[in-house]
Amino acid sequence: MADHLLSWMTFAPVIGAAVIAGLPGRYKDFTKWIAAAATAVPLLLAVQLFLQFDRTTANMQFTEHYTWIKSFNIEYFLGVDGLSVPMVLLTALLSFLCIIASWRIEKAVKGYFSLFLLLEAGMMGVFCALDFFLFYVFWEVMLLPMYFLIGIWGGPRKEYAAIKFFLYTLAGSVLMLLAMIAFYYNVKDPVTGGHTFNMLHMMDQANHGGILALSNVRFVIWMGLFIGFAIKVPVFPFHTWLPDAHVEAPTAVSVILAGVLLKMGTYGLLRISYPMLPDQAVGFMVPMAILGAVNILYGAFCAMAQTDMKKLVAYSSVSHMGYVLLGMSAMNEAGINGAVLQMFNHGTITAMMFLCVGVIYDRAHHRDINGFGGLGLQLPVYTSVFSFALFAAVGLPGLSGFVSEAMVFIGAFPTHRTITIVSALGIVVGAAYVLWMLQRVFLGEKNAKYDSLPEISARELCTLVPIGIIVLVLGVYPMPVLDLMKVSLNHLIKVVAG
Amino acid sequence: MSVDMLQIPDWSDLGGFLPETVMFGAFLLALLGDLVVRRRPVVPFAVVMAGALTALALSFAGLDAPERTILGGLVVVDGMAAFFRILFSLIAVATLLVSWASEEIMGRSRENKGEYYALIALMTGGMMVMAEARDLLMLYLSLELVSLSSYVMAGYMRNSLRATEASLKYVIFGAVSSGVMLYGLSLLYGLTGSLTYAGVRDALAAGAGDPLSLLTVCVLLLAGLGYKIAMVPFHFWAPDVYEGAPTPVSAFFSVGPKAAGFALMIRFFYTTMQPAVDRVDWRLLIAVLSVATMTFGNLVAVRQVNVKRLLAYSSIAHAGYLLMGFLMLTAEGLQAILFYLLVYALMNLGAFLFVVALNNSLKSEHLDDYAGLGFRSPWAAAMMIVFLFSLTGLPPTAGFIGKFYLFAAVMHEGWYWLAIVGVLNSVVSLFYYMKIARTMYFTKAPADAPAVPIAPLHYVTLVLLAAPTLFLGLYWGGFKDLADRAVQHFTAL
Repeated sequence: MADHLLSWMTFAPVIGAAVIAGLPGRYKDFTKWIAAAATAVPLLLAVQLFLQFDRTTANMQFTEHYTWIKSFNIEYFLGVDGLSVPMVLLTALLSFLCIIASWRIEKAVKGYFSLFLLLEAGMMGVFCALDFFLFYVFWEVMLLPMYFLIGIWGGPRKEYAAIKFFLYTLAGSVLMLLAMIAFYYNVKDPVTGGHTFNMLHMMDQANHGGILALSNVRFVIWMGLFIGFAIKVPVFPFHTWLPDAHVEAPTAVSVILAGVLLKMGTYGLLRISYPMLPDQAVGFMVPMAILGAVNILYGAFCAMAQTDMKKLVAYSSVSHMGYVLLGMSAMNEAGINGAVLQMFNHGTITAMMFLCVGVIYDRAHHRDINGFGGLGLQLPVYTSVFSFALFAAVGLPGLSGFVSEAMVFIGAFPTHRTITIVSALGIVVGAAYVLWMLQRVFLGEKNAKYDSLPEISARELCTLVPIGIIVLVLGVYPMPVLDLMKVSLNHLIKVVAG
Repeated sequence: MSVDMLQIPDWSDLGGFLPETVMFGAFLLALLGDLVVRRRPVVPFAVVMAGALTALALSFAGLDAPERTILGGLVVVDGMAAFFRILFSLIAVATLLVSWASEEIMGRSRENKGEYYALIALMTGGMMVMAEARDLLMLYLSLELVSLSSYVMAGYMRNSLRATEASLKYVIFGAVSSGVMLYGLSLLYGLTGSLTYAGVRDALAAGAGDPLSLLTVCVLLLAGLGYKIAMVPFHFWAPDVYEGAPTPVSAFFSVGPKAAGFALMIRFFYTTMQPAVDRVDWRLLIAVLSVATMTFGNLVAVRQVNVKRLLAYSSIAHAGYLLMGFLMLTAEGLQAILFYLLVYALMNLGAFLFVVALNNSLKSEHLDDYAGLGFRSPWAAAMMIVFLFSLTGLPPTAGFIGKFYLFAAVMHEGWYWLAIVGVLNSVVSLFYYMKIARTMYFTKAPADAPAVPIAPLHYVTLVLLAAPTLFLGLYWGGFKDLADRAVQHFTAL
């Protein structure tokens, strides 16, 4: 396994999915255990990856390089650096926890867990692929399980949400497809002289030729890629699929959507757009910062207006992804490191929030913020866990969200002074919507209707506590993650900003 | 009149014409067998199946062969001809399997089951000749051979009002468009004084024909050929015929004659019209038609509630994608078309087969009757999902690879706007393909929904089509090589 660590991480879930698909439908519990095992493998390998990863180099590590389709120079090329490792860890962790969180799924168990495993494989592949074609395949492979997971196991408006998610994402990714083909024909493999899909070759400007020498063409390609990734992030005004999808999806799928899928957009920008088109990235710094600020404020105000807890959390994601954009637009060490750390932290914090919403929804069968009240007395453990997650989302010092948001602001301030000041208002609005919800749900008069509401179960705590520990540890001492990515990201900044 | 027309055919040429001879032989034998052993459709079925498999086996040898003109210059045998022979034999085999377990064809009340199988053989042979014609006369003859047999096949259920109407519409549209095309051919003959492609090409290269008359010729010819491939605005017959004809026949029509039409168009336009490109910009004309075809097909498909009709519009849209590759005039474009036709045959036959298989028990192809199929018949529905994803062009299915090569060819030639229109069209198509997926999986079946047993033969055939559709999305090297080899000796490039 050591030689093909990344392949095992990517394809262990596929094997699990195949086993589950072949199993007769009546072995429901067995199916769940197989799914847990199939996600435990990547998680254990992720621990190994974390321990063995060399933090002193920006080179790709754990690479696997094979020819796939010779006539078109398509390769099976995997590898990770400091940008991808945090995302890989996040994916492995959340996927495993989500399987546990899905333990009470009763409808079409076989289908649910096999689709979930396919989803994990697609996400893992995206973060590991270094061949653009392979990257694209993984990027799209995720759509199928996601569509069905929302559409079959989702809420009342699941059909609408599922197709909307699918159409938006596909519209973005076909633009990426064309950009990819444009790269293929205009980037020269330095060894063979032929066309190539190798992303490392594409990142080296010396290999660019043909239409890639024209700056207006580069701008068009940049925009194509940007729209593709922006839909995934989602950047305002491409965000409208997100509240629908997050609200209708079952809890575990919302966790994956917010925790991992959104990161693929910003990951794509940093992995592909920035290093391949650095001139355009620099030219796009100000629009990117403005879009970040819009996301932060617009998302926060929208969240404040929600009465559905899940929708509130969904809009808070729009807001928090704005910090990532703002940090990326700063183009300096604090900004970019802060952005990637924020990607990781948002993944964990928002996962906690969605899991907490799922807990209450399983019991009360609604998520109306105004429909509760005084839950703090009834469910003290649950209340403290949820409050912990909410305070982390606000950016309370001592919890991980604070560190990354602070880094983003420190990075962005010298580059975009006004925009950063305006964005900082987002923190205030963020505190407002979170505290207001806290107040309405957990404080105040006790609602007699929920006198018999059972406390959070041990299984549910098992999904929440590990993330909580990570949030706490990284809030006090963020170096474990920062160390992972620092060298690679500083190299990226050097490549892009010179 | 040119001299080469008067050549006496050399009997030894038949050696290069074996797969067609086998198919026509199978046709005659099937008819004869049906006459001798009445009411035993297995005889013509077996004869035609054996014929198609023999033709398939015989065709592989020709893939790397250089171009060779036979039968007095009427047909040409080369790698591309071999590729299409392989494709048509495969389509014939699949159609036979689909038909054999189909109630619509084999139902108790049906007559003349033998003739049906004989007609498949005749059409397959005719399509092969379409891919080989290099003479205006042969072009017309092969086209008519295929058309006439398809009219009969469309009306095979002669007691069904829908089928009879479909057949009649098909005949009328077909007759008009082939008449129009014939007029175009006669104009071309008048302009160049030759019936062979080579003669026409040389005359055009020497400067025969003014832009206006050449444009007229192109438009008139496209009327006939566009009809065969269901290109807008000559597509009107397709939805009605596909809906009315027995579903196995629709499946066959949507892939076979369409591919044959493309083969004919490629050989004709690439060989003869290439020198005239400076006087009549037929590439732009086809680009516009391609955009119109895919956009129209996709937009209208969105509104359909009859799955057969939906697939009919989708097949119109696919003709539009293929036309993009067609106008590139490069080896890359040609390889992309051939590969796409192969992939398209797999996935479209698969999707139609699903409709056939369900029709046996549901007696309906209305979308609403598909509610809950994902749970009523999970494996068949899962395979349908593979076909639908492939038709949309999503990885990891063959359809994505096919589209990828098409778009790559288009981008390489610098037709960026065309590529953008193409990919946006794929997004539109997602909506209606997923409409089927949605009904099968997200909509609850009504309590009185009938069980949907699927014939074992249909199961087998579904697997036979779904497996390569999936596999070619993961590793397509070998099959792409088939397409690449097929055009290596294509001299018109």
